[in-house]
Amino acid sequence: MDLSLSTRTVGDRTIVSVGGEIDVYTAPKLREQLVELVNDGSYHLVVDMEGVDFLDSTGLGVLVGGLKRVRAHEGSLRLVCNQERILKIFRITGLTKVFPIHTSVDEAVAATD
Amino acid sequence: MATVELRFSALPEHVRTARLVAAAVARRAGVDDAVLDEVRLAVGEACSRAVGLHIGHGLDTPVRVALTEDEKAFRIEVGDDAPRGSLGAAHGSPGSGDGAEADDEVDMGLAVISGLVDDVEVTADERGGLIRMSWPTNPEPLA
Repeated sequence: MDLSLSTRTVGDRTIVSVGGEIDVYTAPKLREQLVELVNDGSYHLVVDMEGVDFLDSTGLGVLVGGLKRVRAHEGSLRLVCNQERILKIFRITGLTKVFPIHTSVDEAVAATD
Repeated sequence: MATVELRFSALPEHVRTARLVAAAVARRAGVDDAVLDEVRLAVGEACSRAVGLHIGHGLDTPVRVALTEDEKAFRIEVGDDAPRGSLGAAHGSPGSGDGAEADDEVDMGLAVISGLVDDVEVTADERGGLIRMSWPTNPEPLA
């Protein structure tokens, strides 16, 4: 299983739908995508992880890097995830305190700080 | 010897293979299904870290994974050939273009392993760094 990425825009939010496995091999593709979006002026990102089968610390690092980039532009990076095995990785690393995690894309799009 | 031994070129694309093999052997060894995700993640983290160390040190030797089952436990050892003293000081995480982020990732890998695995030891042998992890197999039901 490789990584699949697609993006769409809803209002001022850019939804990045991720599918497959985010690991040491595929994470650079996600990093490139996030960097490209920020460079193109998309500063409010919603990363939909409902199609993600596997996430490791390399993937977490890329998401943290993305957050750092959007914050430099007073933007936001929200996650959509309902899978317990993925949520667990955010919990044990304390990243649930860093990322707003939503149960649906609609909820993430509607959310404000 | 180990039940299954794996040696792979220190390249990111082979880490997934190590995860799949480890999960398959763990399942056969009787590791609880609910824990297999943890095994998969932990071995992936250990292998990613070893690959990063090999690339960072310009080593062309393989990463070593030993999977061993006995009556009580399933053990995984992931060995690298990085010089001693580099524990926790890995640099050049593969595929990363950002030094600071790469360091964060290496540290986060160990954080994930220690958060996931109760029995884990980060040590070294004569060849380099070694991460030892184990999980119980077929726990006896309480009488």
